[in-house]
Amino acid sequence: MSKALLYDATICIGCKQCEQACAEQNKLRYDDAVAAEERQSEHKFTAVLARGDKFMRRLCMNCQDPACASVCPVGALEKTTLGPVTYDADKCMGCRYCMVACPFSVPKYEWNKLFPKVRKCTMCSDRVSQDKPTACAEICPTGATKFGERDDLVKEAQQRIRENPGKYLDHIYGLTEVGGTSVLLLSSVPFEEFGYHTPDYSLPMLTYRVLSHIPDFVPLWGVLLGGVWWITHRREEVATTEGQRPAAEDHMGRKP
Amino acid sequence: MKIKFTLWKLVFLFLMAAGLYATILRFTRGLGAATNLSDQFPWGIWISFDVLCGVMLAAGGFTLTAAVHILNIKRMHSIVRPTVLTAFLGYLLVCVALMYDLGKPYNIWHPLIMRNPHSVMFEVAWCVMLYTTVLALEFSPIVLERFNLRKPMKVIRGILIPLVICGVILSTLHQSSLGSLYLIIPEKLHPFWYSPLLPLFFFLSAIAVGLAMTIFESSLSAKHFGRQLELPILQELGRVLVVVLGVYAILRFQDLLHRGVLRLTVQPSYEMYLFWIEVTLALILPLVLLSQRKVRMSSGGLYWSAVLVLLGFITNRMNVSITGFERSAGTHYFPKWTELSVTGAIIAAGFALFGLAVKYLPIFPEEERGVQRRLGTAAPVDVAPALVEHAGD
Repeated sequence: MSKALLYDATICIGCKQCEQACAEQNKLRYDDAVAAEERQSEHKFTAVLARGDKFMRRLCMNCQDPACASVCPVGALEKTTLGPVTYDADKCMGCRYCMVACPFSVPKYEWNKLFPKVRKCTMCSDRVSQDKPTACAEICPTGATKFGERDDLVKEAQQRIRENPGKYLDHIYGLTEVGGTSVLLLSSVPFEEFGYHTPDYSLPMLTYRVLSHIPDFVPLWGVLLGGVWWITHRREEVATTEGQRPAAEDHMGRKP
Repeated sequence: MKIKFTLWKLVFLFLMAAGLYATILRFTRGLGAATNLSDQFPWGIWISFDVLCGVMLAAGGFTLTAAVHILNIKRMHSIVRPTVLTAFLGYLLVCVALMYDLGKPYNIWHPLIMRNPHSVMFEVAWCVMLYTTVLALEFSPIVLERFNLRKPMKVIRGILIPLVICGVILSTLHQSSLGSLYLIIPEKLHPFWYSPLLPLFFFLSAIAVGLAMTIFESSLSAKHFGRQLELPILQELGRVLVVVLGVYAILRFQDLLHRGVLRLTVQPSYEMYLFWIEVTLALILPLVLLSQRKVRMSSGGLYWSAVLVLLGFITNRMNVSITGFERSAGTHYFPKWTELSVTGAIIAAGFALFGLAVKYLPIFPEEERGVQRRLGTAAPVDVAPALVEHAGD
């Protein structure tokens, strides 16, 4: 069963303890200056955004069918069965296609290092594999960020929407977005206001649809090209035997 | 020996010096110090120009080898060698540029042992690797002939046709795949440039650019090395170019129409201006020019039409990879001078290596090289045996 996080923006008080716990878990510096930064970066994997008295978390959505893992040429990014999308810096060659491809622009880069790594929230994969909740969910004082089985959390989110008419948008963000994510969001204000706008289908199919034709295409194209060569040169053989002027050698000195 | 400093030599030295400084900066201080790349703009000019345009400009290699060896258009064979040379140099320089751009260039070999068949980048990596090898083999007879090594030459000749077919297949795959790279970002790329047809557009434009590049490179060689211009061949290439551009133009606008984006082309915006610059340079002007017999038959007309096509499709690749991103990234990107100077040095190295290869290797047909040799510009080693062997050329 795959694990997930449910973030309910209506319960969040914007205390940013999740930011601090995340920084500690990932051994990142955290002080007032970092706390004031309202965006994710190579030294801040989750950010609590505020619009008036409304809050919204940004973190890696750990997609069910992640674009980043699908585009990585060396498989450094991987969707684990437990839920987290992990990153192996030793495999990474630094092409940064994951940064380009991510619909949430989550992966960040250590631009100022000579041998940089991609940095992002990995849903505390170490803790999750030891059956512990993520650091952000564990510290959350109000239960706004909750850790659990994805199926259970979906049911709970549906129940919260049903039992509190008017409190929530009738929308669990991450249920179907980009094919579903392991981070589910509930909110009273449109998600677009916090920069969440993604298509409702899984993205890796867009490229795989084309890539999957290659094995069929190669023999077809090969035989076609070989066939054209055979026909064009046969024509010449006939012309030569019929006593016309023999053709010259080609650039590599081959006699036709 | 007295070295004569011509203007071009000075330009070359300047570009190389700037490139060297930028190289030191890149490999001692990292990408952040040497580039204007950021989390919003992870790919810059080294991908847009050096890789995307580099591979595109090298497309003459597969276009011409296919025309001569597969379609058996014999009269074009005198320009195959310089075109294969251009392609081979192009791919080598793309690999050099990748070493600058990759965050951990020492891991560049990883796709050899770590596979992800769902990744377009994985496929591109393999195709570029294999096609560079194919180009090296297609280029090798020139070197083997120069040193009169008959045995390996015979082996290469024996596998020439399969080699050319492999080259065409690999080129088809990764020229189009460079477009497929962008299929996964429908929300991030501006609708002028995001299209499900991206792979087809990249492949078709590679053919157009391959033809234009051959015209461009032949014209320059004729001028620079005092060779006779193969005008009849270039005229024929010009005619094919009109057809390819025509097909591309119709597909491009049909695609805009069917995706409902056509109306955006008349609503003033930053993207609209760049779209029209691209379309005017790559399609409208060359189509108007080359469809006129007078232009198509003249060396100058062909040359300038080819230059327009090259500039137009360079703009296209820049638009796909930079302009089309700026809106969703919420920021503009302009390369730092260090990025530009690495690119400049790579282009300069390309021209210099081409010149060296022409000087020391049998790139152009023998009759002319004989003349050049008497003028003291050709290789110092005796090429007589090769000349005899190639008497039928």
